[in-house]
Parts: sequence; structure tokens; C-alpha cells
Amino acid sequence: MTALSPRVKPTGPVGNSLTTGQLPRFAELYVIIGAAVVSALLLLLIGFNVVGWLVLTAVVYLIALGLLSVVVENRRKATDRIVRGLVTVAFLLALIPLISTLATVVAKGASELSWSFITQTGASTFDPNTLEVTQTPGALQAIVGTLIITGIAALISIPIGLFTSIYLVEYALPKQWLARTVTFLVDVMTGIPSIVAGLFAFSLFSIIVGPKAFSGFSASVALSVLMIPTVVRACEEMLRLVPGDLREASYALGVSKFATIVKIVLPTAIAGLITGIMLAVARVIGETAPIFLAASFTDNFNANPFDGPMQTLPVLAYTGFAFPGKDIAASNSSAWGAALLLVILVVILNLIARLIARIFAPKGSR
Amino acid sequence: MLIMIILAGVALFLIISAIPAITADWSTESQLNTGPTAGFPNFWAYVGPLIWGTLWSAAIALLFGAPIGIGIALFISHYAPRRLASILGYLVDLLAAVPSIVFGLWGIIVIRPFLLPLSDWLAANLGWIPLFGGPVSTTGSTILAGALVLAVMILPIITSISREIFLQTPRLHEEAALALGATRWEMIRMAVFPYAKSGIVSATLLGLGRALGETMAIALIISPAILVSVNLITEGKNSQTIAANIALNFPIATTLQRDALIGTGLMLFVISLAVNSIARVIVGGRKGKRTKSKVSPKSPGPLSRVPAGDFASATALDVVSGRSSAGIADDEGPTPEEDIEGARY
Repeated sequence: MTALSPRVKPTGPVGNSLTTGQLPRFAELYVIIGAAVVSALLLLLIGFNVVGWLVLTAVVYLIALGLLSVVVENRRKATDRIVRGLVTVAFLLALIPLISTLATVVAKGASELSWSFITQTGASTFDPNTLEVTQTPGALQAIVGTLIITGIAALISIPIGLFTSIYLVEYALPKQWLARTVTFLVDVMTGIPSIVAGLFAFSLFSIIVGPKAFSGFSASVALSVLMIPTVVRACEEMLRLVPGDLREASYALGVSKFATIVKIVLPTAIAGLITGIMLAVARVIGETAPIFLAASFTDNFNANPFDGPMQTLPVLAYTGFAFPGKDIAASNSSAWGAALLLVILVVILNLIARLIARIFAPKGSR
Repeated sequence: MLIMIILAGVALFLIISAIPAITADWSTESQLNTGPTAGFPNFWAYVGPLIWGTLWSAAIALLFGAPIGIGIALFISHYAPRRLASILGYLVDLLAAVPSIVFGLWGIIVIRPFLLPLSDWLAANLGWIPLFGGPVSTTGSTILAGALVLAVMILPIITSISREIFLQTPRLHEEAALALGATRWEMIRMAVFPYAKSGIVSATLLGLGRALGETMAIALIISPAILVSVNLITEGKNSQTIAANIALNFPIATTLQRDALIGTGLMLFVISLAVNSIARVIVGGRKGKRTKSKVSPKSPGPLSRVPAGDFASATALDVVSGRSSAGIADDEGPTPEEDIEGARY
């Protein structure tokens, strides 16, 4: 009976059942520092390089943490910790190409990018006295071409896409076969390979116009094949977010269906619609293959979309590498300049889209 | 309506343009036995290796891209802190917005030299495996490099779709698993993966669709030949893909050769249409299931008020709610579960 007396205090360390069998709180941090040091030392023996160091650190970290956790904790927690490590590594792996791509483009393109590169037409001139070809770098024809082709594509696909999504949301009954087919086809069209769209535009125009059917307009047609499904998707989602109460309130006041759509539904969703359309434009502006097939490429300045080949930024970047001119280094560097310009354009479009979405976000929503 | 016309038009014009080349006799036709299409007896002998190359490079890209893409989605949806998650999601979306040509250029000057030591090592140590056989590339223009760039390009699409689906997992399922003492990984395996399985499959298929149609990265990076080959790290003997072949040969092709290239594009269209349709059907089937499961907890409400003695309506209730013997149990005494509960009190 004495042993159970409450006055006798137990001696020695008391185990807390909630925290025993757990690694200390910052164990993962300690292990990763340890792994980094160990693998750095290992690599110093056989020659150091950053990539190998990072890979080895990750491997050592995962093994060490797993072993430690199996010994101190249990198998299940060890698995949990290893998976957490793997998932984090996967994420870091994905950041590498993103950062590396942007860094490369900026580093290579920044030297090429200048005011004259933007405002000059690139050309190569042949000097008969010295028999030398000098290339003046310039992207004006490509910038103009990109803007014209993308603009026409937007003009074609925004009305079609918007009307289709209005039909799907406002007019079609959900179980109707037409609505279901249209939705399915839009989904399927999202997956058309971009080069197939280019082939389509080329063969369409070579049947109508005849051979040598390269023109900016046919590139626009190719781009709108790619753009329409994106616009439909984005607009449909935005229109569905408009509360049904608003529509019903409008109908209750005796407003016609058409007036309800124009005066109530579209203004409510306008921010989302613009965002979706901007993102769709940003997606097609960087397409290379369809423009390359349908509009071909040229060094001449051509602002007439209905006649003759047209140069664009992505195609300039491609041809600079795949079909370089006489001066290969100059061609390559103007390719990088075009790539940087393109990335800047895409990022600007994306930022504007996000900004519009944030500023005009409907009040009261999350 | 216009959508259907456009889609039908795409197929129609491709077929019209491709027919002369598909039906022509390639060994006698003067335009086809020279240049890029020389040396093939007919259209199918030409397009066969191209289809193989397309599928092969897409498969390698998927091998790298799919696990990492799903891992990132898990990280964003279940591991990263809430506030960080939206920024990370935006970063991945930014990856999707980078034009493919930029990735191609990046592949040329970053990935190619980066992979050279790796391919040297592979050839030296694992050269007896056919995958790594053949003379090692000295420039790095291998299908391995091309497929890696493809993998980077399909990452965002796989990530964004599976992230959406992971986030839709019912919160109660997750909390129930955690409350039973599951670790986070066990919770993901028991609650999230079963729910998101079909979503992951279709995300992967959509990624495959993108990889099949990708042109510029492959056209810029690999040094190809039109043949069936599994070699990963050689140059000049890599299987060419349909899209890259079109991009490389289109400017120099003659009229009938162009038609032949359009024919290969038609094949690509058919393949990616099939892949995308399968993916959409899987997603669609999943959506149907979800709405049904949303409705079914409600439907027992009115139906369970039906008198319990009516056997027919009880079975109807079973069919609707999907629970076996829930309705009949009222008549035939306590079910085993009720027994256990009774014993506890």
C-alpha cells in the first residue's frame, strides 16, 4: 500500500506519453544542414559541382531522415517524413527550370534588346566591293507582325467564343444534346496540337487562294482555332459565377432575356471575361508552329495581313536558330532578343489580367 | 454550331490536302522520291516511324513529368502553408505561360550541355542496355534532352489539374483520417488518392496530349532521323516526331511533299484527338459520379419515410442510397452494428 501513496513522488525522468518517441521539433532542419555538409565533404574528395552537391544533399537527407525516424519513431512516421521530403524536392525541381529559363532569356536577350532593335527592320545588306554581308539586327517587322496577327485572331475568336459561352450558359438546357456536344467539342478542340491548326490554315488557304498561300490572315485563322476553345472555357466559367438571383430579379421586373444578358449578366462578369480573354491572348501570342506554317517568315517589313509572308517574334526566334543567316552569331542573338521581347509581352499580359481580376473582383466574394 | 463546323473543317481540309500524297505511289512519283520523303515505298512506311517517335518522346516526357507534376500538386494542395500556396500556384501557372519557343531555346543552350556528362556516364556504365546503346552524342542533341524539355512543358498542365482535384477532396474525409491517427501521408493515400484517381489519370492523359503535339522544343533540340529507335543518348539516330518533322521540312518541301507532311499532321490530329477524348470521357464520368454522390445523402430523406413494412419501397431505397440492408433492417431486428453498440452500453 505504501507504493501507491500519493505523497511518494516518483524519482527519475517522467515520460510524457504525448511527446515520447518523437523527433525534436527542428530535427528536419538539423538533418538537412548535416546532409549538406556531409555531401559537400564527399564531393570535395572527387571534385565539386553545384548540381551534384544539391542532388547528393537531397539523397543523403532523405536516407538519414528515414533512418533516424525509423529508429526514434516508427515506420509509419518515417514514411510520412520521406514522402514530405520527396514532395518538397519535386517542387524545388520544378522551380529550377522556371528560374533557369527566365534567367537565361534575360541574360542572353538583354544585351540584344535596345531601342534600335525594337524600332528597326532587320535586314542583311550585301556590299559588292568587299563581298561581305552585314546584318542589321531589328525586330520591328516581327513586332508589327505579331501584333497584327494576334489582333486579328482575337477579333475572330472573341465574338465566337463569347457568343458560344453565352449560348451554353444562358440559352442551352443542361441536358440538351446540342449543349453537351458543344461542350465536348470545345474540350476536344483544346487539345488540338498547334501545328495541326497551322496545317489546317495552310491547306484551307491553299485550296482557296492557290499555292504560295502564305499570309498573316491565314496565321490568324490558325491562331483562332487554338484560341476559341480557351475563350469559351474561360467565359463560360465566369458567366456561371453570376448569381442566378440577379437574373431572376431582372426577369421579375419584366426585362427581356436579351436585355438581361446585356445589362445584368455581362457587366457583372466583365472583369472575369476580360481576364480570361487576356490569358487566352497570352497563350496564343507565343505560338510558333502554326504561324510558321501559315505565315512563313521573311525579313521584309510587311504590314498587310492579306498578302505575302509575315514575320513574327516567335518565328524570328525560331528561324534565328534553325535557319540562321550568313552571320550565325548575329542571327542567334536576334533570336534571343525576340525571345526576351516575347516573354516580356506574355508577362505583361498576364499581369494586366491578374490586375483586372483583382481590381474588378465582385464585392462580397472571397 | 460554329464550333462543330470548325472542328469538322479542320479534319476535312487536312484530309482533302493529304489524299493525293497518301494515295500516290511513292517510289515512282518524281516529287516524292527525292528530298525529305525519298526512300519510302508508300505513305504508311513514312508515317510509321514518325508515329513511333512521337509516342516514344511523349512517353519519356510523361515518365519524368507525371510523378513530379503530381508531387508538386500535392505540395501545393496539402503541404505548403496556405498563404504560400497561392503564390506557388501562380508560379506554376507562369511556367505554363512561357512560350514553347523559349523553352526550345533554353533546351538548346542549357539542357543539352547539362546532360552531356550524364549521357557519357550512362554510355560508359550502362551501354549494354539497348536504351543507352549507340555512339554517344557529342553535342547533346538527344531525344533524352528533348523529352526533358517536354517534361518541363507538360508539368504545369498536370500540376494545375491534379491540384484542383486534390483540393476538392471532401474536408471531412481528410479530417476523419487524421482523427483516426493517420499520418499526413496515410491520410493522402487513404482519403485523397482514391477520390482523385480518375482526375490524376485524365490530367496525365491531357499532359500526354500536349507532349504529342509539341513542335518547337523537339525541332530545335534533337538531331533526328526517320527510323524506329529506342536509343536515348545518341544523335542522328533519334526517332523524329511528327510535329518536328513538319516544322523542319515544310519550308523546303515541294507541293506533293507538303501534302505528305499534311498527311502526317492528320495522323497526329487523330492520335491526339483520341487521347484527349479518352481523358475527357474519364473526367466526365467522374463528374457524373460526384453529382450522384452529392445527391444520394439527401435522397434517403423522403424515401426513408416510406412505411418500413413495404418491401418494394425498401429495396428501392437500397438501390437509390446504395446502402445494403439499411431499409430491411428495421423489420428484422438489430444489425450487427447495432449489436455492438448495444453491448457497449
